[in-house]
Amino acid sequence: METLILLLALFVLALFLGVELITKVPPTLHTPLMSGTNAVSGITLVGALLAAGTGSSPMLVNWLGFIAVTLATINVVGGYLVTNRMLAMFKRK
Amino acid sequence: MMSGSLINLIYLIAGILFILGIKGLTKPKTAVRGNFLSALGMLVAVVITLFTINDVDFTYVIAGVAVGGIVGAVMALRIQMTSMPQMVALLNGFGGGASLSIALAEYVTRTGINPASISDFLQPTVVAASAFGEGAEATIALVSISLTVLIGAVTLTGSLVAFSKLQELMKKSYGLPGGPFGNGILLLGALAAVAFLVINPGNTMAMVAILGLALLLGLFLVMPIGGADMPVVIALLNSYSGIAAALAGFILGNTVLIIAGSLVGTSGLVLTKIMCVAMNRSLANVLFGKMAAGGETIDADEIYDGKVTSAQPDEVAMLLETAQRVVIVPGYGMAMAQAQHAVRELADAMVSKGVEVEYGIHPVAGRMPGHMNVLLAEAEVPYDKLVEMDRINPTFEDTDVVIVIGANDVTNPMARDIEGSPIYGMPILNVDKAKTVVVIKRSLSPGFAGLPNPLFAMDHTLMVYGDGKKAVIEMTTALNQL
Repeated sequence: METLILLLALFVLALFLGVELITKVPPTLHTPLMSGTNAVSGITLVGALLAAGTGSSPMLVNWLGFIAVTLATINVVGGYLVTNRMLAMFKRK
Repeated sequence: MMSGSLINLIYLIAGILFILGIKGLTKPKTAVRGNFLSALGMLVAVVITLFTINDVDFTYVIAGVAVGGIVGAVMALRIQMTSMPQMVALLNGFGGGASLSIALAEYVTRTGINPASISDFLQPTVVAASAFGEGAEATIALVSISLTVLIGAVTLTGSLVAFSKLQELMKKSYGLPGGPFGNGILLLGALAAVAFLVINPGNTMAMVAILGLALLLGLFLVMPIGGADMPVVIALLNSYSGIAAALAGFILGNTVLIIAGSLVGTSGLVLTKIMCVAMNRSLANVLFGKMAAGGETIDADEIYDGKVTSAQPDEVAMLLETAQRVVIVPGYGMAMAQAQHAVRELADAMVSKGVEVEYGIHPVAGRMPGHMNVLLAEAEVPYDKLVEMDRINPTFEDTDVVIVIGANDVTNPMARDIEGSPIYGMPILNVDKAKTVVVIKRSLSPGFAGLPNPLFAMDHTLMVYGDGKKAVIEMTTALNQL
């Protein structure tokens, strides 16, 4: 229960911090912001690794773990690469 | 095996890197570094997690990383900038799908069921309450798992529909009978199944019901929504994918999932709000409503009849040559005509004649937040020439010529002047305040709002009819010959 309260505190503080940060991102960078946050949401890769199951897990768990790892990796790799591609366009002058 | 505290400290470092990454995005100059810091945070979090899971079956993990890595890289390197909304829609959906799969995997693991077939899975099993922890802990675990399934599934199918609409695979809008009520019933049904599952953790039917209802809800939430409202929908689904990730963090008691997920969740929400304000519509109106039907029908012929002046590109070129300040107002029509490069060349030609040129960007000029800026940046327009609505509006009075290309509703003065018009109150670019307005357009046909635009009939407005790209190229050629 105590852990839960701590996690909840972390969640709420991160929400407030998120609002403060995001409102400062200029409209010019809103599309890279979205693809960049897509990449960040690929943090579910960590969750996918933790939930992927062991050799003795049911097949269903292994397959769900495989799907989760695949989808999260697409977000991480695709998200960071495409964001970098876009930001490079804004860099040159 | 590493100690839990050390792992959590390293997760904290990853979280800080994500925050610094987003902070970097507040300025174009620091943005590339920000993206790099964020990626570094991801690497740190993933590597440290790999050290903690020594008994995992790595066949599936390696296969997943290989498939996902290749698909992600190919998508990122191949995608056209005009199709960025489609890519973001897919990534939103994948994020939701990943959280959904994690929650289902946790559910199966903790209940200890080992179904060999689907009919096996549907057999309710008796699960010791302790499988999900003690007392309140069990309730919280089950609520987190089922809400992650719910939001993850809505994000997954909703995003796939958004993708199909943007890609124009799905052109019509379908909805449930009863509109919002139909969706409300689906949502209530899913929430009832959540409650039932919390009381009967072993009843896999309840889990199947949550999953099925949520998948349907995602479909029917997005299917009725039209193309013009897609910027709001994509931003909202972006937010859902973050919330699903944060909830998955609660299931696993994982701090970095919670930090990253809530940052993504708020980012999507803030962007959703910005888009709603830019269209002067509430979120409920975008999700459930249609554009308000105009009080009296406005007769297009009455507005346009005999009052529209048209011009040829070479006449416009003469105007541009003598101008001191020109503002270009692009809309999505410009991107559809693939005219970005042509527009930039016209701007270059003007600058070489000593004309000051800026671009006025309405927040919903593209198909997603900031889309127009990316399209122009790709055409090598310097980002400091891309000026947002609030900053460009006061400058129109000192502007000699405004060139509107592929934009319509966002320049319609009815939104500002005519109370009772369906778009009244929507913030617009006040292009009609400039000395001359040049509108490049195929015909006088209305935009998404279906309204005539009195701007086209104003005395100081010149209509250049034809293909946007061709007209701009002709202007550039004529200007260079002057």
